[in-house]
Order: sequence, then C-alpha cells, then structure tokens
Amino acid sequence: MSRDTPIQRWIWPTLLLTGLFLGWEVAVRINDTPKWMLPPPSAILESFRTDWRLLIKHTRVTLVEVLLGFGLALVAGITVGIAIDSSTILRRAIYPLIIASQTIPMVALAPLMLIWFGYGLLPKILITALIGFFPIAVNTVDGLRSGDREMLALLRSMGASGGQRFRMVRVPAALPLIFSGARIAITFCVIGAVFAELVGASQGLGYLMERSAAQFQTSRVFACIVILALMGIGLFSLIALIERLALPWRRYLTESGE
Amino acid sequence: MSFSLQANDHAQLALRDVEASYVERGETLLALTSISFEIADGEFVALIGPSGSGKSTLLDIISGLFPETGGTVHIAGHPFSLEARLGQSAYMRQRDLLLPWRSALGNAALALEVHGIPKREALAHAAERFPAFGLTGFEDAYPGQLSGGMRQRVAFLRTMLADRPLLLLDEPFGALDALNRVALQAWLLDLWEAERRSVLLVTHDIDEAIFLADRVIVLSSRPGTIVYEEPISLARPRHRSVLASDAFFAHRSRLAGALGLLDEAIAGAGR
Repeated sequence: MSRDTPIQRWIWPTLLLTGLFLGWEVAVRINDTPKWMLPPPSAILESFRTDWRLLIKHTRVTLVEVLLGFGLALVAGITVGIAIDSSTILRRAIYPLIIASQTIPMVALAPLMLIWFGYGLLPKILITALIGFFPIAVNTVDGLRSGDREMLALLRSMGASGGQRFRMVRVPAALPLIFSGARIAITFCVIGAVFAELVGASQGLGYLMERSAAQFQTSRVFACIVILALMGIGLFSLIALIERLALPWRRYLTESGE
Repeated sequence: MSFSLQANDHAQLALRDVEASYVERGETLLALTSISFEIADGEFVALIGPSGSGKSTLLDIISGLFPETGGTVHIAGHPFSLEARLGQSAYMRQRDLLLPWRSALGNAALALEVHGIPKREALAHAAERFPAFGLTGFEDAYPGQLSGGMRQRVAFLRTMLADRPLLLLDEPFGALDALNRVALQAWLLDLWEAERRSVLLVTHDIDEAIFLADRVIVLSSRPGTIVYEEPISLARPRHRSVLASDAFFAHRSRLAGALGLLDEAIAGAGR
C-alpha cells in the first residue's frame, strides 16, 4: 500500500468538489433557475452570512440532542453488550431480538415518541439513542467474543480469575470493535436527531429546515444540510481521533503479530 | 499425605497413569494412556514424539487447562486436582501470545499482575530483568514493533517472572527461523543453568531435545504413551560444540531409532 501525503490524499476530492460547485453555480445562472427551486452555491454562502445567528442557535440544539442521544446509546449499548456476553440465558433471549429489531425502521417510532413524551428534548434523545444503540451493542458483544482463545488459556494457566481475563484480554480486544461501532453510531445519531425534529419540534436544524422549506427559503435549507454534513464528519473524525490516541498499539499490528 | 506408588517426594512433578481422551464428531478418541513419569527438582526433561501423540495435550493437563480422564498429577509431592493446578506452573506455548495492547514491559509483568502484585511494583520488577534478556531499550515497544526473536524473549521473560518452580515449554522455538532458534536455545540453556527450574520441554526436534535436556522421553503416536526414555550424559554447562561429539551422536541414533521404529510400526500397520 502506498503512503500518500495528506496533500496528495486531499487534493483530488477537493478539486472535484470545487469543480462540482463551480459547475452548479454556472448552470444555475445560465438556465436562470429560480432561487427557491435550486439556489446557486453563492446564495447558500450568502444565507450563512445573513442567517448565522439563527443557524448557530438551531445547530446548538441539534448538537446537544446528538451528543446526549449518543452518550445514552454508548452507555446502554456497552452495558447491554456486556450483559449479553456474561449470561448465556440473556444471550439466547436478547441477542436475536436485538438483531430482529433492526428490521423496524427506528425513525418510524418518532411519531410514537411524540405521543408519549411530547415535543421537548426527551423524545429526540430517545430516538437518537435508539438508532445509535444497535451498532454499539452488537460490536460490544462481538468484540468481547473476539479475545484470542490461546491468550485466554495462557491467562488461565497463570491462575487468572474470570475478572482478570475479562479486564486484561477481553476488554482490550473488544475496544477496537466498540470504537468502530461508535463511529457508525454517531453518524446514525445525527440522522436520528434531525428526523425526530422533522416529526415535531420547535427548534433544531430539522425544525429550521422544515420551516425554511415551507417558506421557500431554499438556500437556508441547503445551509442546514451543509451544517449537518459537517457535524457528521466532525463527530466521526473526533471519535476516530480519540480511538487513535486511546489505542496507540493498533498502529503496530502486522500479519506476523498476534 | 500423598499415597503415590514408589513416588519420589522430592519430585517437582509426578504423573501416575495419566489418561486423556477427547470427543471429536461424537466419537471419543483416546489421546494419552498410561503416562507415568517424574521430573526431579531442577531437572530438564524433553518430550518428543510424532505429531498427534498428545504432547501438547499433556502440557495442557499438567497446567490445569485440560481434564485428564484417569490417573493423578502430583506437584511438589502432593496430588493436585485440575482446577488447583491452574497457576502452579509457568506455561509457554509455541505462539508467543504477547498481548498486542501491552508494551514489552507490560507483557513481561503479566503473570506478576495476575498473581496480585501491584502494577507499578510488577513493572519495576520486570524492568530489572530486561538487560539479562537482551531487551534493554525496548521496554515501551509494543509487540507489533518487535522482531520474532525479541517477541519470543519477552515471552520467555514473562514465563520466568511467573516465578514457578515448574516450566512447561511447548515448542518455544517452533516459530523461529534456524539462526534465531540456535541462538535462543543456547541462551535458554545459559538462563536455565543460572537459575535451575524443573522444565518439561515439548519439541519435535531430536537435536534440540538432546542439547537441552537431562532426559528425553519418547511418546508413541495416538494414543500417546511412553515408549522410550534416554538419560542424556553430556556434561554441563553445555556448548554448541557438543553437537559434534560422539556421545551426542550415540544419543541421537538411539532416539532416532526409538522414533524410527515407531514409523516402521505405523508403516507396517498399513498407513
């Protein structure tokens, strides 16, 4: 595998994206497309300039929902994952149900949450957490099972207790998988929060998008989309960064290494 | 008090009629039968035999990882049940089994931590031994950064630091290339001569067995049972030069004979 420098890695996607935006700008101007239908990128930038107070206010709301929902998903996912791992009965009873529950589109539960918990923060957090829960729980279960059997036998031969084997082998072996579950979960959580807001809310980017669309302020809708994309990328990168710092040994894994 | 038949109470390890079987696809296969031998305090015993003779299973039984179906295992003169044997010996397998998330130092100190020694103390104790194991400067390296020979030395250090009077070594040089192998054999010999422990070494290499051991035990193919024992008369401390001595060749031809006869017996049985 060739090692590209950061510049080499980023230059082509950046050029492509710039080209696309330029083409978009030019096409919209030539065709004289109405702004309410498809605003040019310059109009979207203009919306950032004029609406920044509004955008920041609603971004903050959505970000809080995402972070609280993700936090809840993380705690619940890891707890349930450990519970499933530690009990055969729980594994047999809960694990198939969790897998099966993925056939239910979680966002479809949003209207129910609205009925049960109203228009406040709670239903948004619950929807967000429900969506983020699955990848974390499943990866925790898989990760805890991924501990090398021979390493576990070695610890046993040293007289290690079940708790020591859990702490010294199974948890460290599970962490990379838990992190990759968390990376997937956080992007899901952004989707969950916005959807919950679309269904019924008085603030947040989802709410702002819906209101702006109803008023044909299409450039502001695009501005919201840009912010959501950046939020997803930013949170994903943040978890990737934490993973890199928390698991430095991952960089040195080779085929010959165990 | 143990009621071992003609058991030497000074034996570090004594096996009496140990038998083991395992179930494969619903069929019970006898892996080991009538295994009886002793290892004296500070004695180095090598175990050789064809693959599938249950050598590794025997080490698993002694370490407490695999249940015997018959016989008794005595450690330091007392019979030990399967569970009680866990933690009694220091077991090293062919794969180095270093934990990739622990530094070389953390891996070396693993057994100490398992035995309840506070982490800081365990690490300090392990660090003292790094120079003797040729690992100075690599304390903080992760296993993924170390060469095969170094990884194996870290695994040896971890095994030695477990501080058990009985070492069980399952082909510890098996994964190394020839040069590393020879160097590490000589190194292990020096180490063992400096601090005598009882060793049971499993190997498929006759030369390695003779070079290192006081006594070589030959197992038959499955079900594994002891078919031959050769006391090794080579003086200690030993150097590579003994590999070219007449005494070495005499041991070698007798052991090869013991193994070769087995091969003929297998061939004669129509395999």
